[in-house]
Amino acid sequence: MLCDNCKERDAIINLTQVEHDSKVTLHLCEQCAQQKGVETGGAVLKSPLGNFLGAVVKGGSSGALVPASGDGLRCPACGSTLRDFRDSGRLGCDQCYSSFDTHLRDLLRRLHGSSQHVGERYEMPGADGADSDPRSELLELKAQLRRAVEGENFELAAELRDRIRVLE
Amino acid sequence: MDLSLLPDGGMRWLDASGPKSTIVLSTRIRLARNVRGVPFSQRAKDADRTGVLERVSEAAASSDHLSSAVAFHLDQMERPERQLLHERHLVSKELAGLERDARPRPGAALLVQDQVGVMVNEEDHLRLHGMWSGFDVEGAYAAVEAVDAELGRLVPFAFHPEFGYLTSCPTNAGTGLRASVLIHLPGLVLTKEITKVLQGLSQVGLTFRGLYGEGSDVVGNFFQLSNQTTLGKTEDELIDHLGKIVRQVVEYEEQARDVLLRTAPEEVEDKTWRAYGLLKHARRLTFEETMNLLSGVRLGVGLNLLPGPGVYTLNKLLIYTQPAHLAAMDGRSTGDRELPTVRAAFVRRLLEAESS
Repeated sequence: MLCDNCKERDAIINLTQVEHDSKVTLHLCEQCAQQKGVETGGAVLKSPLGNFLGAVVKGGSSGALVPASGDGLRCPACGSTLRDFRDSGRLGCDQCYSSFDTHLRDLLRRLHGSSQHVGERYEMPGADGADSDPRSELLELKAQLRRAVEGENFELAAELRDRIRVLE
Repeated sequence: MDLSLLPDGGMRWLDASGPKSTIVLSTRIRLARNVRGVPFSQRAKDADRTGVLERVSEAAASSDHLSSAVAFHLDQMERPERQLLHERHLVSKELAGLERDARPRPGAALLVQDQVGVMVNEEDHLRLHGMWSGFDVEGAYAAVEAVDAELGRLVPFAFHPEFGYLTSCPTNAGTGLRASVLIHLPGLVLTKEITKVLQGLSQVGLTFRGLYGEGSDVVGNFFQLSNQTTLGKTEDELIDHLGKIVRQVVEYEEQARDVLLRTAPEEVEDKTWRAYGLLKHARRLTFEETMNLLSGVRLGVGLNLLPGPGVYTLNKLLIYTQPAHLAAMDGRSTGDRELPTVRAAFVRRLLEAESS
């Protein structure tokens, strides 16, 4: 979408103002937003969420979603830091959600208005023995076999191959 | 690459068989899923990606819904072919590696069977999707949900009791569900009501984009409307809400068209016939001009001001006049300077075939 003001650059900021009792939303590019006195948080990062997080943090104050003090926090599973997330807008792995849960809970509330999933509950394959699909066990074994071969753990690989043969 | 194995090349939605298909071209559902314990795309190594692809391919092969899926390995395809899949809305720009200087990542793939598919190693490990003709959120969701349920039994997905399905970007967490419609709103644009409608959308939790999703421009009065949030509401609530709002937008569009017909009938008739005339006779057409003319003709057909062409033909023109499609048809490169001539000839041919 083009900037409502210059009609040349891409709009990246939605500015909502109340004028004469009615709400007006302007879509502005960074330059025009700055001219109108909107703090855009300096350089625009590639990811919209990265930009959002960056702007909030640079804005400091009580509104900070991801306080700079948490920057060094590191996910033990994948090694990403909170700072990596803030820069890229993307998390490193599923464990990051637990590693950074207090920070993410706040962020999710801001993004979605809630941090509590109320939709469909997922049941992990094999979580419930009675309902588990025999095919999933086979696929899991095959994945383990691949990892074993890659890691040159041939003893384990042979054992897995036998179990796969039985299932097949 | 063999797209002929798929009905309408993976675009059955083109047939305009769905509800309200003159205004709503298609309904798309996508679900974002990740494989438990494997790093997300940002941190994944090539071996992680190829591992994900192998697991998803094996699961698909032993599933009911994707057992005869056609697989496209983006990392082994030339750029024009990748662009072609993108023009069909089957893969994202990111997966196809079409951004400047980008290449598709190892393990980037699309599995597609009829109207449903899965992008593998996109921003999330799996992006399940389905595209339906017209305005049919329930139909599209039911189909994609069935694929999700089946794959989820075969591959362990990353799920958290509080945050739901875990995604690379927290904007997709929870349900991982994005429902969107591709909608044609010339009435609202011509009556200048569109800004108000689009502003209203953001207040009710919907967002709009151009023809190709995130970051794309609006051309030919075609908009993509979709839900903004994915967490804190059930899948049914998200879908019902989008459905309700889109129904309203369709009503506004119909009202705007009535207003146009009442207040400026001759101008509207002239505009649509001119658009039709140009498409039928022009010798050179740019892509953008084609989109705008197709918009004019589509409006005329919707208002019964034009005797034809059919909506199916209009949908086909929208897809097949894009650069990679024309280039492939005519054995040229996508940057060929003669493409506007090829485009005009193709449009004439299709319209003549329809009227004869």
